[in-house]
Amino acid sequence: MGKVVVITSGKGGVGKTTTSAALGAALAQGGDKVVVVDFDVGLRNLDLVMGAERRVVYDIVNVIQGEAKLAQALIRDKRLETLYLLPASQTRDKDNLTPQGVEKVITALSSAFDWVICDSPAGIERGATLAMRHADIAIVVTNPEVSSVRDSDRIIGLLDSKTLKAENGERMEKHLLLTRYDPVRAERGDMLKVDDVLEILSIPLLGIIPESMDVLKASNVGAPVTLADGGSAPARAYFDAARRLKGEALPVTVPGEKRSFFGKIFGRKAA
Amino acid sequence: MNLLRFFSRPPQSAPAARDRLQVLLAHERASAGDSDLVSKLRDEILRVIAKHVQIDDDKVSVKMERGEKVSTLEVDIEIPLDAAKKKAGADKASPDKTSPEKAGAGKKAA
Repeated sequence: MGKVVVITSGKGGVGKTTTSAALGAALAQGGDKVVVVDFDVGLRNLDLVMGAERRVVYDIVNVIQGEAKLAQALIRDKRLETLYLLPASQTRDKDNLTPQGVEKVITALSSAFDWVICDSPAGIERGATLAMRHADIAIVVTNPEVSSVRDSDRIIGLLDSKTLKAENGERMEKHLLLTRYDPVRAERGDMLKVDDVLEILSIPLLGIIPESMDVLKASNVGAPVTLADGGSAPARAYFDAARRLKGEALPVTVPGEKRSFFGKIFGRKAA
Repeated sequence: MNLLRFFSRPPQSAPAARDRLQVLLAHERASAGDSDLVSKLRDEILRVIAKHVQIDDDKVSVKMERGEKVSTLEVDIEIPLDAAKKKAGADKASPDKTSPEKAGAGKKAA
């Protein structure tokens, strides 16, 4: 049985879809069989970020409603043999996702893949609660900013109460992924520091993804950032996060903390 | 003045963000845990009162105030003047006008 991972946050625009694509590709590059599932019915975007938008024929709603077989809806990545995408529907709404239907799809996927990565929609409504319902592991994507941290706190509460694991009295494995981290602003004291966020949310840190143009560039060309430019700072951070997800005890380095005395002076002046 | 500003660190906004979040989330976490309890209490209190007098669901407020040492539960129920009469009428299903005291006794006997 594969691991079911939900990428969630509560707040929109913090990097859930970017993370789903980048982590999925990073795991697949290591040889694991991975499927990324878009739960944002009505506002799908994972297909676009992964460059598969013109290959979508059937989607998760078609599968749930019996209009297509699961194998017909799965799209294999053109660059990575072991990476697949199950797109969301663009024309219907989230009410078409039924708990029984989602359970069937997730069960089938987890028996065929090593990793089932569920890209949650923003909010705390049906789509988001169904995306987290069957998860073994939750990755809470958070920006170092007050509204994102507050929403993440709310989502952590839901993960501990509204998921199958929680209802069965089991512990949900939760990780924090801090995204869009800007070391210069954090240094200046105008952005929440990593320790501040960790202290407030008190869940273990999976990684820190620095704010970077490379993320935007990758989505422009329709490639997960770990595939578009594997050597870039965000890609390296995602590769490290993928290794930690697989259980490796890899220490997290905070971007910018290695900067020299002169670097700090110039960093402050430049900003 | 400019020289002074150059040497002194500019005011930082991140500590304010951290402090505000800590206060807010402590409050939100506490109330999220309570909301279940409060709604349970509300339902059960309503059921007990409704046995004896007819009350309007919207006229009941149950609040939990969390203090540092003690918490208080505030229950505020508005009972209309003719509530007991109405209830009695519904129980006996008779058009007879009975006094609230008698209605109470009738209820006990039933």
